[in-house]
Amino acid sequence: MQQELFALQQEAEQAIAQAPALDTLNELRIKYLGKKGALTAILRNMGSLSAEDRPKIGQIANQVRDALEAVLGEKEEQFKSSAKQSQLASEVIDVTLPGRSFLLGHQHPLSKVQEEIEEIFMGMGFTIAEGPEIESDYYNFEALNIPKNHPARDMQDSFYITEEILLRTHTSPVQVRTMEKLRPTLPVKIICPGKVYRKDDDATHSPMFHQVEGLVVDKGISLPDLKGILLEFARQMFGPERQIRLRPSFFPFTEPSAEVDVSCMMCGGKGCRLCKGSGWIEVLGSGMVHPKVLAMGGYDAEELTGFAFGMGIERIAMLKYGIDDMRYLFDNDLRFLKQF
Amino acid sequence: MRVAYKWLKDLVDIDLQPEVLGEQMTMAGIAVENVENMAKGLERVVVGQVTSMEKHEDSNKLWVCQLNVGEESYQIVTGAQNVNTGDKVPVALEGAELPNGLVIKPTKLRGVPSNGMLCSIGELNLEPADWPEDSGDGILILPSDAPIGVQIAAYLGIDESVLELELYPNRADCLGMVNVAREVSAITGGKLHLPKWANGVNPELKASGVNPQVTICDSQLCKRYAALIIENVQVGESPTWLKQRLIAAGMRPVSNLVDITNYVMLELGQPLHAFDFDTLAGKEIIVRRAKQGEKITTLDNVERILDEDMLVIADRDVPVAIAGVMGGLATEVTESTKNILMESAHFDGTSIRKTSKKLGLRSEASQRFEKGVNAANLVSVLGRVAELVEQLGVGTPVGPIADNYPEPIIPINLELRTTKVNQILGLTLSDTEIEQVLAPLGFGLNWLEPGKLQIKIPTYRADLTSEVDLIEEVARLYGFDKIPTSLPSGHTTLGKRTAEQELKVKARKALVNSGFSEVLTYSFTGARALDRIRLAADHPWREQIRIFNPLRDELSLMRTTLVPGLLETAGKNVARRNLDIAIFEQGYVYLPKDKQINSLPNEVYKISGLVSGNQLKTWNQPQVSMDFYYLKGALEYLFEQLGVKNYSLIPNRELSFMHPGRTANVIIRGKTAGFIGEVHPDVMEEYRLPARTCIFELEGAQVFAASDLKLKMVPVPRFPAITRDMALLVDEEVPIEKVYRAIRKAEKELLRDVRLFDLYQGAQVPAGKKSVAFSLVYQSAERTLTDEEVIKLHDSIKKVLDREFGAELRK
Repeated sequence: MQQELFALQQEAEQAIAQAPALDTLNELRIKYLGKKGALTAILRNMGSLSAEDRPKIGQIANQVRDALEAVLGEKEEQFKSSAKQSQLASEVIDVTLPGRSFLLGHQHPLSKVQEEIEEIFMGMGFTIAEGPEIESDYYNFEALNIPKNHPARDMQDSFYITEEILLRTHTSPVQVRTMEKLRPTLPVKIICPGKVYRKDDDATHSPMFHQVEGLVVDKGISLPDLKGILLEFARQMFGPERQIRLRPSFFPFTEPSAEVDVSCMMCGGKGCRLCKGSGWIEVLGSGMVHPKVLAMGGYDAEELTGFAFGMGIERIAMLKYGIDDMRYLFDNDLRFLKQF
Repeated sequence: MRVAYKWLKDLVDIDLQPEVLGEQMTMAGIAVENVENMAKGLERVVVGQVTSMEKHEDSNKLWVCQLNVGEESYQIVTGAQNVNTGDKVPVALEGAELPNGLVIKPTKLRGVPSNGMLCSIGELNLEPADWPEDSGDGILILPSDAPIGVQIAAYLGIDESVLELELYPNRADCLGMVNVAREVSAITGGKLHLPKWANGVNPELKASGVNPQVTICDSQLCKRYAALIIENVQVGESPTWLKQRLIAAGMRPVSNLVDITNYVMLELGQPLHAFDFDTLAGKEIIVRRAKQGEKITTLDNVERILDEDMLVIADRDVPVAIAGVMGGLATEVTESTKNILMESAHFDGTSIRKTSKKLGLRSEASQRFEKGVNAANLVSVLGRVAELVEQLGVGTPVGPIADNYPEPIIPINLELRTTKVNQILGLTLSDTEIEQVLAPLGFGLNWLEPGKLQIKIPTYRADLTSEVDLIEEVARLYGFDKIPTSLPSGHTTLGKRTAEQELKVKARKALVNSGFSEVLTYSFTGARALDRIRLAADHPWREQIRIFNPLRDELSLMRTTLVPGLLETAGKNVARRNLDIAIFEQGYVYLPKDKQINSLPNEVYKISGLVSGNQLKTWNQPQVSMDFYYLKGALEYLFEQLGVKNYSLIPNRELSFMHPGRTANVIIRGKTAGFIGEVHPDVMEEYRLPARTCIFELEGAQVFAASDLKLKMVPVPRFPAITRDMALLVDEEVPIEKVYRAIRKAEKELLRDVRLFDLYQGAQVPAGKKSVAFSLVYQSAERTLTDEEVIKLHDSIKKVLDREFGAELRK
């Protein structure tokens, strides 16, 4: 009987090894291990064995069953895995086909740069103030120490609505407006971005453009603070290696006044086409708030000091993105806008 | 202002290269825009003499010349026909890189070696008008005494560098060479060598019988008027040195008399005017306002009609010059002039500016008067004129100088506190250090007490009027580069946007996220902009604010809507074959409060978007046309991002520029906040937009007021949902929103979601009907719903719809 069992195992193992498909395995399982299978058939004759041999043979029969189950299982795994392999092999896609496209919008480079400037200054504790684009002569000029017929008015050819009302020529009127609103609160620490207007129209001027004004008024504010804030701005906007340089200048509403140059972002200061060999790029105007302006804003010019600065957003955007003609910025050609 | 370096060196000791000096001046507040080397490219061009000439064997146009350029002799072949043996000419030698870029190399012309080039005026980059002695027909023939071998630039006196100053309006004093020299001395410490006339000196002149009467009728507009008589004038040519300086300064030599007035103007900053004295009726000068309608023919031979705001110089009878702007033709100095009255005056800058603007007439003199001249020095200036007139033999200056000076200017004293200097500049300068910084300016310094300096301001520095002006002087002379860097100390401040500013940013991001590109159009438009959108004549948008001095007509009216700007932008892009467009703009429009614009207008923030064309078809995506519903989807996303919930669309058939059947008002919290819809076909045609175009415009304030961005979590349901569909036939004109509302109303508790998933009109539905299909999701927060329960609910909703719309269930 023992011989029969081993013979059965051998035969079954051979059959399993040669099984061509998963279905065949099921048939073999039934044939050898099923209720009416070959193994059961052999064990039915157990009655003819001696009481001694019976447990022995029983043990062997179980070993044969386990062995066959194991072989079957293994073979089954083989079939399943190769079926999966061939399924995967048939599912190859062309990964170089373009992905599903989403319609992407683009922010205008000027509003992008404006937001960036806002964020840099917010990070340094500035809030954002606003003022009207159509402004009174008083706030645009007189409150900024530019009386009627002051030669500085020539620097800014203005669009007038009436004798007394004009399109603001700079964001500086917000200085006095803000001081009037906040006084006597300290510190005043604002920037004011917005549209401004001057009578110019060529490759480097647009009749409408954008500025950001900055104003800080407090006890103990001095020129080094202005330098520090603008150095930080230059580094965040144009890169951590940037240096700044102040050149004396003239604005009626600041004194001392300075133009601020930033070390050239293209050559790093060695001199190139962009900086015309000087290593420096003029980026903004600034200065210590003129005592007359502080007084017009309602602050004590003897005790308090302040600084102010103003920059053209177009200029920053043009430097940052290498835009060489200002007219691109207001032409609104989608082929231009979609680059940002 | 063009500052000739050699001229400057005569006035102040300089041991710096022009470029270095320019850099130092810029860093001290006198901006040098550019340093021009007038002789650039002429380094290898020398004076040579033609020693012999032969015709080229192979050409009847070319000459083979032997040139003596000093130690060596060169053979040069030239095509010029105006050269003769013995002539002295400019010779460009091997290695020269001429101003026009030509590089001179040894070459062969038709086989004959040529080692250089003879030069014309143009090749030397000279202005023909400056060199009247040049015949203009070829090579520049130099005078026979020109020294052979000398560099041409040195010989012609153009070996000069010019510093081009870009002066700020407060430093008009630097329009005079002497004041530039004073600046240079203050910056570099160089010793000054100014003519005595720079310092208010009265000349001593031989007296004559003539003593012209000078009357000032309006001392507001004319602070001072001085006049010098020059007799026996002989107009002729100026000496070379004078001509060279004028050319370097950018002025054209004319005649000795004119050249002297220009030279003195450049040197001392004071504009001068010469009258033919014998043509002045009554031989007197009256400075007065013009009479209304009075006429004068100016030097440019134009008759000008004057008014009472204009200041004139008149003789006994008529105006003979428009003060400070231009002289009159009748009193012009001519070849027959014998005696001259030379004017040196101070006119009010504002008045000059207004007059010159009104007449459209600007002159070198008017620009200088506008910026301000130094009234204290006028007689001294005439002294300088007299000196040069005598020196050049132009005539005989005679005294006394007539001088009417009603209110002489008294130099002011200013006080400067050391504490204030340090407070503003963030420095710790001592009194001594401040004195050291200011001393080179040459002002009178006097310590009133420790820490308080009294400074006497010379009259030529009219820009210094207060303490802070002096602090600026300290800063620029101390050096901005030596100012340290710090960050403001003191109160901590929070940097953030206001809620509204934040919403503007959010709106922009939302529109960009839904595929729109941001555009920026001008705030001003032309009159046609609103006609192009066929806007009704009585529409409130027609009330536009007008700019009275616009750049051009298309930029003359402040916008009252963003719509024309977007349509124009779309049209422009379509013309450039950018056919698929999704754009938006955020910005202000300007609405007058009153017709006369007596007060500042309302500035209203608008958000506007436009779509036209298609979202591009790709290999795995069908083409999607950007239609009304596309735009509405963007609007819904915008509102979702801004936290605006209570809004609805109500059809609006009234907007003349919109499709009457495809336009709606956007209602937020019961108020109209804007509109959305398809643009009228006529308007699309006007802008040549090929595809249907849709547009919305919203008023920012109304949208922002409805924004509620607070988020609160709702528990996620624990029990399963059951979804059942419902297909209905309803009348075509029933708005879907009505059906939605009816469904919602019919079951409030267990209906969690309703979604329209199909809409069909056409062959398979009866005429006048549309088929709509909804998915309804039922769910309870407390238990699992049974099928029976849901079927019952679903049926009861059906019944309600049937009752309300006669909705038949579709099989």
